[in-house]
Amino acid sequence: MAIFDEKTRQQLKTVLDQMKNEVTIVFFSQEIECQTCRDGKRFVNEIASISDKILVEHYSLVTDKDKSDLYGIDKVPAIVLLDKDKNNTRMRFYGIPGGYEINSFLGSILAASGKEEAIPKPIKARIDKIGKPVHIQVFVSLGCPHCPNAVMAGHLLALENENVTADMVETSTFNHLAIRYNVSGVPKVVINDKYEFIGAQPITAYLDAIEKL
Amino acid sequence: MEFNLSAGLFSEGQKFESFHEQTLYDTIIIGAGPAGLTAAVYCMRKGLKTGLITKQVGGQVADTAGIENYLGYRYINGTELVDKFREQVMQFSIAFESESPVQSLQDGQIKEIVLEDGRCLKTRTIIIASGKQSKQLNIPGEVRLIGHGVAYCAICDAPFFVNKKVFVVGGGNSGVEAAIDLAKVAEHVTLIQRRDHLTADKILIDKLADFENVSYLFEHIVTEIKGGNDVESVMIQNKKSLLISEYQTDGVFVQIGLIPNSSFAEKLLDMNKYNEILVDGYCQTNRDGIFAAGDVTSVPYKQIIIACGEGAKAALAATSYLLNQPKE
Repeated sequence: MAIFDEKTRQQLKTVLDQMKNEVTIVFFSQEIECQTCRDGKRFVNEIASISDKILVEHYSLVTDKDKSDLYGIDKVPAIVLLDKDKNNTRMRFYGIPGGYEINSFLGSILAASGKEEAIPKPIKARIDKIGKPVHIQVFVSLGCPHCPNAVMAGHLLALENENVTADMVETSTFNHLAIRYNVSGVPKVVINDKYEFIGAQPITAYLDAIEKL
Repeated sequence: MEFNLSAGLFSEGQKFESFHEQTLYDTIIIGAGPAGLTAAVYCMRKGLKTGLITKQVGGQVADTAGIENYLGYRYINGTELVDKFREQVMQFSIAFESESPVQSLQDGQIKEIVLEDGRCLKTRTIIIASGKQSKQLNIPGEVRLIGHGVAYCAICDAPFFVNKKVFVVGGGNSGVEAAIDLAKVAEHVTLIQRRDHLTADKILIDKLADFENVSYLFEHIVTEIKGGNDVESVMIQNKKSLLISEYQTDGVFVQIGLIPNSSFAEKLLDMNKYNEILVDGYCQTNRDGIFAAGDVTSVPYKQIIIACGEGAKAALAATSYLLNQPKE
């Protein structure tokens, strides 16, 4: 059975038609001990079948170690988005972005394709100043309506500054991480394992935490 | 697999523009739930220079799973309805702000809206449609343990309470709905209600009664939430005997209703004891040229369909106010 019904496929097409340039979805999976990898694979393949501008590369976390090292992937299923020149945008999804997260996934694909979003000047200046490596993890559940905004804020920072990597982490797939990071409310944002906050906060909240690092 | 796609978010006809401090707007609408969005459509159709300031397009509707009482749709989910509202607003060029919330209002022939980032917007009329947000219990431990067992959104956070014990505070529609969502996954759900009966719709009460892992504490209130890093227990008082006992729990879902988002207007506008803005039948507040609509007002019965109607009324009232102003 297809992942997307015909109505959803049509809606996805109207969104993806707005892509400016090509985007590559790099998908990491593994054959065993990954219950959602098979659905993940179908998910990215179906998305790619909707738009000519979406390319997919499939790798194994284990046997394509050079690739998983290159993109810093440590768990599967994982998605990394590359821009038209195959540069890493540092926008990653761990777990399938279903439910409400389909919105953050589409938003990040459009952003990776070069569809520009107007960023207020003072915010842009603060983003440009980030000089240290920053790792943003946004923990989500798929039934959470506020979570996509939290993911997109993190991804915007990653796209705008090459020192930043931002992950969506879907908590039912990565339950052990939800436990390790003591997640019992989403969205939960963890920055460099040092600062955390709960709720969909404005981008300035991310910047406040990053500037304290 | 389910997808809650908001295709309207990415609509190519995006006509939202930035606000300009030097522009004098005819009307600025605060809030983009059903009331604010309906007001926006009416104002734009009347040709007013309109702006819209909001935290979240859709307001409470964006957080609602399913809607069965908005005419025209026997069933529609919240995301979809918001999408349709948004599309209808976006056919017009409207100034839009979602990053910085409103801090305060200044009245005058020309009114000023001060945003938290310091910007000051000028307008001839204001329509306040800022809605409501979840009410907190205001008891010890609550704020400290938000995200560590204290939660306000059951559809978001229920997955973290699989096979755990949870308390739901509140016996209205949102409390009973939360208890249903949690009963599906949790080991046990205890619903605490201040009154001696549930006030939710019968259809929901019956649905909850089908679960065997739910118990009820009527005429009880929570007085404290305890725990180190995470919620460990709640102190619960019997309203009759006044005795307080401690119950072990992993989570507390607070669903005790809503409070109006009206604090930015408290110095300027008359409100009732619930901090709802008082309006007359024309959505007029006690200040000329300032109107209010929807859940933030004293208008009874908070419903999507009512908020839409009130938004339309406020927009028409603002338009007629502008027509009666002397030309400069």
